[in-house]
Amino acid sequence: MNANLAKVVVLHLAVLVALFAAQFLASEYAVLTLTRIMVLAIYAVGYNFLFGYTGLLSLGHAMFFATGLYAAAIGTTRAGLSAPAAFAMAIMIGFAVSLAMGAIILRASGVAFMIVTLMFSQAAFLTVLYFGGYTRGDEGIVIPDTIRAFTVLGISVDLTKPVVRYNLALLLLGSAVALTLVLVRSRFGHVLVAIRENENRTSMLGYDVARHKLIAFVISGTLSAISGATYALMFAYAGSTLASIQYSIHPLMWTLLGGASTVLGPVLGTGLMFMLVDLASSFTNANLLMVGAVLISLVLFFPKGILGTLRQRFLPWLP
Amino acid sequence: MSFFPHLLLALLEGTVAAAVLALSALGLSLVFGVMRVVNVAHGEFFMLGAMLAWWTAKMVPGGPLAGFLVALIVAPAAVGALAFVTERLLLRRINYDPEATIVATIGLLFVIQQLALSVFGADAKPVAAPFTYRIVFPWFGYSGYKLFVVFASAAILLAIWWVLARTRFGLIMRVTQFDRETATAFGIPVHQVYSAVFVAGAALVAIAAVLIVPIQQAHYLMGLDPLLMSFIVVIVGGLGSIKGSVIAALVIGMADGIVSVFFSPTLASILATLLVAFVLVVRPQGLYGAPAR
Repeated sequence: MNANLAKVVVLHLAVLVALFAAQFLASEYAVLTLTRIMVLAIYAVGYNFLFGYTGLLSLGHAMFFATGLYAAAIGTTRAGLSAPAAFAMAIMIGFAVSLAMGAIILRASGVAFMIVTLMFSQAAFLTVLYFGGYTRGDEGIVIPDTIRAFTVLGISVDLTKPVVRYNLALLLLGSAVALTLVLVRSRFGHVLVAIRENENRTSMLGYDVARHKLIAFVISGTLSAISGATYALMFAYAGSTLASIQYSIHPLMWTLLGGASTVLGPVLGTGLMFMLVDLASSFTNANLLMVGAVLISLVLFFPKGILGTLRQRFLPWLP
Repeated sequence: MSFFPHLLLALLEGTVAAAVLALSALGLSLVFGVMRVVNVAHGEFFMLGAMLAWWTAKMVPGGPLAGFLVALIVAPAAVGALAFVTERLLLRRINYDPEATIVATIGLLFVIQQLALSVFGADAKPVAAPFTYRIVFPWFGYSGYKLFVVFASAAILLAIWWVLARTRFGLIMRVTQFDRETATAFGIPVHQVYSAVFVAGAALVAIAAVLIVPIQQAHYLMGLDPLLMSFIVVIVGGLGSIKGSVIAALVIGMADGIVSVFFSPTLASILATLLVAFVLVVRPQGLYGAPAR
C-alpha cells in the first residue's frame, strides 16, 4: 500500500515537473499551446471527477465553463472589478450555479440525466445569446490588457506575459490534480466509486447517495468554472462558441481518450487531442468530422482510453 | 393588428409547431421506448431529410408538387438506410449500452453535420411548398400548406397508433419493449425488431422534415433545435411513454408557437427548458413515465 502511494506521488510529481521544465525547452508557440492545454485540462479534470469517479455522464458542462468565463469577463469589463476579484467572484458564482443546477438535474438519473444536462446547457447557451447586450454573443467580449496586469498581495502579475500565464496555469492544474488525487483516495472518493458501481447497494449500506452525488457535481462544476474564468482572463476573450454544445462534448472526449477515472487521463487526453487537431488542421479544416470520428472509434475500439488500458494491463496501482 | 387576430395567429402557429414536434419527437420516443437507447443524431436525421427534400425538389422536373411527392419517398428511404447501417455497425457492436450509444451518436452527429456542410454548403436553402393555397381571414392570410402539415401529421400519428395497437408487428414491438429477455425466450428476433424500430424512427423524422422544410428552409445546423425540443418532449412526457410524448408535444409545441409569436423563439426555448426543470422537481419520471425500477 505504502509502496503504491509512493509510486503514485512520484508519478504525479514527475508529470508536473516535466511540465515545468517544458517551458525552457519549448518554442514560443508550443508554450502558448501548452498553456491553453493546461487551462482546458483543468476543465477535463473537473469533468472526469463526475464522469469517471461518480459515473455521471454529463453532456452539459459547458454551462459551468461558460459561467466562469462570463463571470470573469463581465466582472472585469462591466462591473469594474480587478482581475483577482473577478476570478474569486467567478469561483463563487460557479459554485452557486453548480449547486443550484445539481439540485435540479440530479433528480433525473440514468439516460434522463444525460439528456437533461444537454438541454440545460443549451438553454444556458441560448441565454448567452439572448442577453447579447451584456455578453456580445458571437462576437464576444475582449478583456483589455490594462485589466490583465495587476498586483495581488504585493506581487505584480502581468497576464499578457507568456511565462506568467504558463506558470499560473501549471499551478492551477497542479492544484486541481492534487485535489482530485486526495479526494479519490479518501473515504469520500471510495463512496463515489461505490455509487458508480452500484447505486442501490451503496444506498443500502447506509450512505447518503444523493448528498454524495451533489457534492461531486458541485466540485466538478466549480472546477469547470475555474477553468472558464482562467481561460477568459489569460486569453482575454469570452465568446458564445465557448458555451456551445461542442464545449460540453470536448471534456468528455478528452477524458475518454486519456482514460476515464484516472487522475492524469484527462490531462493526457486534452494534450493529445490538441496535437491531433493541430496536425489535422494542416491538411483539413473539417474539425467536427475528426471529433466525431474520434468519439465513434473510442467507443467502438478503445472504451477504456489510454491510461485506463495501461492500468488494466500493467499498472493496477494507477489512481 | 389588435389582440384577437394576433392570438388567432399565435394559436395557428402553435398548432403547426405542435404537429411537427409530435412527429419528430415520436421517432425518438419510439426508439427509446423499445430499445432503451437515446439517439443524439436524431436531429441530424431530420436535417438530412430536409436536405434531401431540397435536393429532390431541384432534381425532379414538374414543379414543387412532383418534387414533394418524390421527396416523401426518397428522404425516408435514404435516411432509413443510413439508420440501418448505423444500427448494424455501431449500436449492435456496443450492445446498446446506454452511455456508449450516447457518445457514439454524438460522434455521428458531428460527422453528419460536417459532411452536410461539405456537400451542401453553409447557406440556407428554401424549398417551395407543393401548393400555395392561401386561407384568407378578415385580418390576415394564412398558408394553407401549414394547415395541411397539421392534418398530415395527425394522420401519421393515427397510423402509428394503429400499427402499435392493432397489428402483429406492433404487438411484437410492445413485447420487446416490455421485456427483452422474455421476448428472446419466446423466439422473437429481438435484433431484427431493434433494427426495424431504429429505421422506422429515422424514417419518421425524415418525413417530418420533408413536411416542415417548405415552412423553414434547409440548413446544415437545423438539426439541433428539433433534437432539443424532442428531448424536452420525451422528458416531460416520461421517457419511454409514447402516449406521454404525443401529449407533451402538443402542449409544448402550442406554448412554443404562442410565445414565439408574442415574444421571441429564443425565449420560448428557454421557457421550455425551465418547464423541464419544473417537471423534474415535481415529478421526476415525467407525466406518463413509470418510476425507475
